[in-house]
Amino acid sequence: MSGSQPIERDVMEYDVVIVGGGPSGLGAAIRLKQKAAAAGKEISVCLVEKGSEVGAHILSGAVFEPRSLNELFPNWKELGAPLKTAVVRDELHVLTSPTAGVKLPNLFVPKTMHNEGNYVISLGNLCRWLEEQAVGLGVEIYPGFAAQETIVEEGVVKGIQVGDMGIDRDGSHKPDFAPGIELRAKYTLFAEGCRGHLGKRLLKQFKLDDEADPQHYGIGIKEVWEAPAGKHQPGLVVHGAGWPLDVVGTGNTGGWFLYHADNNQILVGLIVDLSYSNPYLSPFDEFQRLKHHPVLKQYLEGGKRVSYGARAIAKGGFNSLPKMVFPGGALIGCDLGTMNFSKIKGSHTAMKSGMLAAEAFGDALLNGAAGGDALQAYPETFKRSWLYDELYRSRNFGPAIHKFGALFGGMFNYIDQNIFGGKIPVTLHDTTPDHATLKLAKDSVKIEYPKPDGKLSFDKLSSVFMSSTNHEEHQPVHLKLLDATIPISKNLPLYAEPAQRYCPAGVYEIVGEASAPRFQINAQNCVHCKTCDIKDPSQNINWVAPEGSGGPNYAGM
Amino acid sequence: MSKILVVAEHSEGKLNAGVAKVIAAATPIGGEVHVLVLAADGSAIAAEAAKLVGVTKVLVADSAAHASPIAANLAPSVVELAAAYTHVLFPGTTFGKDVAPRVAAKLGVPQVSDVMAVHSATSFDKPIYAGNAITTVETPAGTIVATVRLASFTAVAATGSAAIEKVSVATVAAAHTRYKGLEAQKSARPDLQSAAKVVSGGRALGSSENFKVIFDFADKIGAGVGASRAAVDSGYVPNDMQVGQTGKIIAPSLYFAIGISGAIQHLAGIKDAKVIVAINKDADAPIFEVADIGLVGDLFTLVPELQAKM
Amino acid sequence: MKAIVSVKRVVDYNVRIQVKPDGSGVVTDGVKHSMNPFDEIAMEEAVRLKEKGKITEIIAVTLGGSKNEETLRTALAFGATRAIHIKEEGDIQPLTAARALAAVFKKEGASLFIAGKQAIDDDANQTGQMVAALLDLPQATFAGKVEVDGNKATVVREVDAGLETLEVDLPAVITADLRLNEPRYLKLPDIMKAKRIAIEALTLGDLGVTPAAAVKVTKTTPPPTRSKGIMVKTTDDLVAALKAKGLA
Repeated sequence: MSGSQPIERDVMEYDVVIVGGGPSGLGAAIRLKQKAAAAGKEISVCLVEKGSEVGAHILSGAVFEPRSLNELFPNWKELGAPLKTAVVRDELHVLTSPTAGVKLPNLFVPKTMHNEGNYVISLGNLCRWLEEQAVGLGVEIYPGFAAQETIVEEGVVKGIQVGDMGIDRDGSHKPDFAPGIELRAKYTLFAEGCRGHLGKRLLKQFKLDDEADPQHYGIGIKEVWEAPAGKHQPGLVVHGAGWPLDVVGTGNTGGWFLYHADNNQILVGLIVDLSYSNPYLSPFDEFQRLKHHPVLKQYLEGGKRVSYGARAIAKGGFNSLPKMVFPGGALIGCDLGTMNFSKIKGSHTAMKSGMLAAEAFGDALLNGAAGGDALQAYPETFKRSWLYDELYRSRNFGPAIHKFGALFGGMFNYIDQNIFGGKIPVTLHDTTPDHATLKLAKDSVKIEYPKPDGKLSFDKLSSVFMSSTNHEEHQPVHLKLLDATIPISKNLPLYAEPAQRYCPAGVYEIVGEASAPRFQINAQNCVHCKTCDIKDPSQNINWVAPEGSGGPNYAGM
Repeated sequence: MSKILVVAEHSEGKLNAGVAKVIAAATPIGGEVHVLVLAADGSAIAAEAAKLVGVTKVLVADSAAHASPIAANLAPSVVELAAAYTHVLFPGTTFGKDVAPRVAAKLGVPQVSDVMAVHSATSFDKPIYAGNAITTVETPAGTIVATVRLASFTAVAATGSAAIEKVSVATVAAAHTRYKGLEAQKSARPDLQSAAKVVSGGRALGSSENFKVIFDFADKIGAGVGASRAAVDSGYVPNDMQVGQTGKIIAPSLYFAIGISGAIQHLAGIKDAKVIVAINKDADAPIFEVADIGLVGDLFTLVPELQAKM
Repeated sequence: MKAIVSVKRVVDYNVRIQVKPDGSGVVTDGVKHSMNPFDEIAMEEAVRLKEKGKITEIIAVTLGGSKNEETLRTALAFGATRAIHIKEEGDIQPLTAARALAAVFKKEGASLFIAGKQAIDDDANQTGQMVAALLDLPQATFAGKVEVDGNKATVVREVDAGLETLEVDLPAVITADLRLNEPRYLKLPDIMKAKRIAIEALTLGDLGVTPAAAVKVTKTTPPPTRSKGIMVKTTDDLVAALKAKGLA
């Protein structure tokens, strides 16, 4: 039996439904409940999360600015929020070759990269703590349930439909088929993170981004390491750019981080801007070879890798912000695009955007709103907030790096931030979408990446193994090709099918004989990073949520 | 000084091959090792057990209550005789795992499951998390009941001659459990999950038709057949043949990885295999890092060749 | 007719476990936990028996700290009628658990005890059998098929040699093996309702249970890594190498 007959679904109704258990979704949920409690009234809030638990799909560096948390829970310390490692020292490096680099004197580090007052954290653990607080306040949180469709009726968002469970590879219903429930709400907040699959459709359906610059992305690949003996310096924050990516070039940019956290752990990662132009570039392999540079190697050699993961980040910032409301709902967090790229921090901004939405939507509901409208109070509140100001001041960083490269873009940023306070009287616009920046394979230089040594660097499959990723075996492939022929007929000859390289989990392979190549999708490996959805030059890959609970099971990422 | 009682598993008048391995685990504990045969008529089984090197004595407790392997009947018999012993060991088979905890609970003592190494009379290694971690444990005072992981020990030789002694037990068959029969493994080819030998094929086979090479070889040596994820994803064989992290986790004595590169997800499925043999065209394939015996070359030539010689 | 189902909270089976660098155990903090998969199968079987009208009440029982409440909520969402939380911190020995579960079984006057055959953390495979011993009940372990007819159950067990059929009088203990059933997907409304059902809290003391002597873990290490063996050049050499190992 296939899904062609109308399926009877249960319906549950709430005042607010939130899609996604990250900092923005949880921030919004908590703030709504706090407001309701203060007013002595009820606002029912339901939050669904596609990961097996809150935190399972959370991945971030992270150095956390506590500004939003201070507002949400002024007594977060007594409540035991996991902000355990205060930043002690910042370092900024520009690597110039596999063995050399320059450490910038503190004087030349832009203000936005100074981290006094911030904490090295695991965002996943912070989200788990936020979940506890949210549940304590009465938020209903359901992990393991993926929002699959937005319910839109007569142009109004009425809620979401959770994905059906128990569908076989060919679309037919397995014996344990369980139809997904409809969660209907007066307002629905979409907090799926960068390139949310429902957010992507909402942008199109409600023409939310028609007037904004295209969104720009990076792929962040991260590992957690147990530090080798004697090398751990809790609170040390190291950032860098340059080798193995461009130093002065603008084609292939990015930056890396290495943070000393608590528990003898080191958090290390590389962000490759997805505006990269060389189709032979493999972000995963760039990260693996980066770790061999002496500046990073000194903290990793002799240690042990314990975790791996990857996630795309939305770094277009201010200029790429779409309209944030539509009838019946809003976008918050990275689904909206609130990351402050100049600080490389998106957690406090995501949280604040959720809190601002809660202010606006909460007030409306407490005043008896029936919902279903495009609540302008939210963008208005947003515009009056420190978040708007912060994003405005950091609006040039991303475009500057793309236009001028790491070194000169960095200099521009320094001037903008330290001299103009972010208000330099020019706004750089980056109008080329990331998927359109690849040069043709024939015009590009193939990169020979060194083989992993199994101690500092590793292969993709071993890495995916460390992300504890699993998907129910018998389900439809969740990476949908709009045109099944394009990978072989177009992407392969033009760009040497870059999916084989930009995917950090080895999902995409070209197999078979040279005369009869086949595009194979190993959906089981997918870590839900969304890079394929973003970078495919033909925009042919549409990522949709697989069956709930599937994907990585990040621990403390 | 220890005194160890090994409970013998048997079927159709024959001693189970695992008992010889339990003796191998018993020997380093030190002290006398006795084997207990609980059967309707255990004379033939006892004679086999008496040959196992390291065994001092074989106790035969014949009773109608022992006619079928019902834990509720066998456990009380063991309990009745266990008072004289410091250790009571069972093979880590479905039989041993069924009976041993019942004995332990009746004696009021804990049980150590799946002993894989013996450090002393009271210290053992056992696996946890499906063998992804190993714990060393120390048992408290009192009788030690344990099941022994057979894959970790080599069978003792059958060249001894221990005394055989008849004993009696008071056990009466419980009315509440009735043995209705055993349906032996049907297919000629051993089940992949429990086969002692397994041959697996990878993507290099190239097609479902080519998998015949694997099936033929497996049938020649009486092995089960498995496949790597890549071979399954390419559609060469069905999904229930997949060996690996998201497929079956197996522990055969002999594993052939044919045309399999050795991705960690596959290795997770075979980490407890005793001997891994790899045949692959690529000398750099990661499988060679873990294979006990490796042969680089074209599987389509080498496997039929190997088949003829085995 | 009441069924007791014991459910254990364990590290989720998808998680790649890490051994603590100091060898003191496995990292469990901040790591995803779920109901032991074999216990999910036991729960599913109990629910199916209830749906067939063979049992009237399912009581889910767990032993553990406060976080075990999640496991009971899952059991209730599956369809358990009631839930009992035996609150005990720290490691609980199988014999201690068995004593507690046997006490609950007796107190409730149950007819069926179902649990997973083993927990995927300690892989002990003892508790069900121990409960049977303490109560002098029949046991049918590694069940691949269960049929209940009035006061007896017919169980097909997955044993090394094949499939063994036992008939047991109730009350009895059954432990679930992998192929017994495929647990259902939990529905959101059921998960929601489960949050509102009161859970009975008990201690070992309440049940008159003395903890059993403990098997102490003195060290935890990762498994030995396999190292490269020998490379041979011909199939003759391969066969010789196998013969040397007694495998050909």
